[in-house]
Amino acid sequence: MALLEPPAIKRTGKRRQRRSWTGWAFAGPFMAVFAFVFLAPIAYAIYLSFFRTRLIGGTSFVGLENYKNVFTDAQFWSAAGRVTLFLLVQVPIMLFLALLVALAIDSGRLYGKAFFRVTVFMPYAVPAVVATLMWGFMYGNRFGLVANINEALGTTLPDPLSPGLILASIGNIVTWEFVGYNMLIFYSALQVVPKTLYEAAEIDGASQLRIIRSIKLPAIRGALLVATIFSIIGSFQLFNEPSILKSLAPNAITTYFTPNLYAYSLSFSGQQYNYSATVAIVMALLTMIVAYAVQLRSSRKER
Amino acid sequence: MRSGTKRSPLLTLLTSIMLLYSLVPLAWLFINATKTQDGLFGSFGLWFAGDFALWDNVRETLTYDDGVFLRWLLNTLLYVVLGAGGATVLATLGGYALAKFDFPGKRAVFATVIGAVAVPGTALAVPTFLMFSNLGLTNTPWAIIIPSLISPFGLYLMWTFAAEAIPGELIEAARVDGAGELRTFVRVCVPLLAPGIVTVALFTMVATWNNYFLPLIMLKDPDWYPLTLGLNSWNDQAATAGGQAIFNLVITGSLLTILPLLLAFLLLQRYWQSGLAAGGVKD
Repeated sequence: MALLEPPAIKRTGKRRQRRSWTGWAFAGPFMAVFAFVFLAPIAYAIYLSFFRTRLIGGTSFVGLENYKNVFTDAQFWSAAGRVTLFLLVQVPIMLFLALLVALAIDSGRLYGKAFFRVTVFMPYAVPAVVATLMWGFMYGNRFGLVANINEALGTTLPDPLSPGLILASIGNIVTWEFVGYNMLIFYSALQVVPKTLYEAAEIDGASQLRIIRSIKLPAIRGALLVATIFSIIGSFQLFNEPSILKSLAPNAITTYFTPNLYAYSLSFSGQQYNYSATVAIVMALLTMIVAYAVQLRSSRKER
Repeated sequence: MRSGTKRSPLLTLLTSIMLLYSLVPLAWLFINATKTQDGLFGSFGLWFAGDFALWDNVRETLTYDDGVFLRWLLNTLLYVVLGAGGATVLATLGGYALAKFDFPGKRAVFATVIGAVAVPGTALAVPTFLMFSNLGLTNTPWAIIIPSLISPFGLYLMWTFAAEAIPGELIEAARVDGAGELRTFVRVCVPLLAPGIVTVALFTMVATWNNYFLPLIMLKDPDWYPLTLGLNSWNDQAATAGGQAIFNLVITGSLLTILPLLLAFLLLQRYWQSGLAAGGVKD
């Protein structure tokens, strides 16, 4: 992720600081806790994935067998397919909306732009639990908005909590939660673009659309890429929303609805810790490959 | 800001669609927090029912089940103060070190932390749970606080922020004056880092306050639940056999849960917006 590289590391050549251990006094505490809650669990997960525990016979080393099983596990692939579909539909819609709002606010043509910026961002501060319960109630046919509309207009709208629509309904919740956050990332990046560039283009007679396409979008490429990668990671991790909606839509959400939900059920309902760790590792690898591929493709375009 | 641009009513109207999208669910939450359970089922969702029961609901939320909601609120505050507070301190120290010192292994630190960001946090859940379980830490507040102490995004933000906000000459000058490293940091650098620190504090606070997955796997005892887990258990109560449906309390409790964070973001706007703009994501 070279794009995330802050300026400091490149700049050291200019005015070289004395190399000393003093920095560790400041970085040490972070790294110590980091090793304990990040590195140790990763190492432990890899270790676990090579073993299997049976009721009779105890724990034994099985080499790559857990991995082989994951690759032929229909439930895992159905979960992975579901989050991939989610990723391909929800992420572009969310980022596109976020970009539109960021461009609108940045254009300086809105009345009350500070109000827009803060209000669209606000759902980010709402916990996933509250967001999901809220939308889940609104979707519901007992006292939700869908029921109200059906009653008032005599219609029978499709049930958002039915198996066919549940993924789209979750997509809506996630979009609602994160559209403002991404908008803020894009908006912050747009703020850094020198305004004189737009003025010069306007004097040359360029239309607003042209300015957006030729100046603004290229200028915030880095932010677009970072937001895309974070959204990919987020989609593959999908857990909270389906896990909470499960009590409102028990028939639509299976125990293997997403890879994370699957890993969770394997561990905490099935006690299959070794296999669960393997599922988590495979998913982490898939995530890293996709995130890396997106970054590679984007940096190739740059040249 | 450019002064020459004209404001556009049409663009404002179009963007207002997104504004409504963001606001309607929050309005729904507030409106329905004013209804009794019967009112919930018997009235239109986006308008008030006959009787205004908000205060009754708030009172009932706070006292239901011997005031367990207050217990959850205190737990959440504990996790936020120690977890998010600690995360902010560690990220500030670490970001400062990476921006202003050259030390052996710096590149390795950078590579590990950035690499770890790409690892899905939930992939760590099972091994972390097993590790903590072996150490006897599950079902204690430490199981929530210790993992909350690490915010790779916070470290990254502080790093970029410190690189731009603290001139190297200033540190040199303090050293020449004979100030120790810690004194230099506290007296000279921390004030310059303030907007970055507020930003990181807010974002780690949101992450801790909203945390659901970690407490879900780590905690069994409802006495240690944070608000998120508590609310979910209230909602699940309606689905269990013999459980009492308390949707009015779930809704009012949700409203009480989000108010502190919304207020914090509104009141600290200036800080976090400048913190994000200066240290934030740009290339």
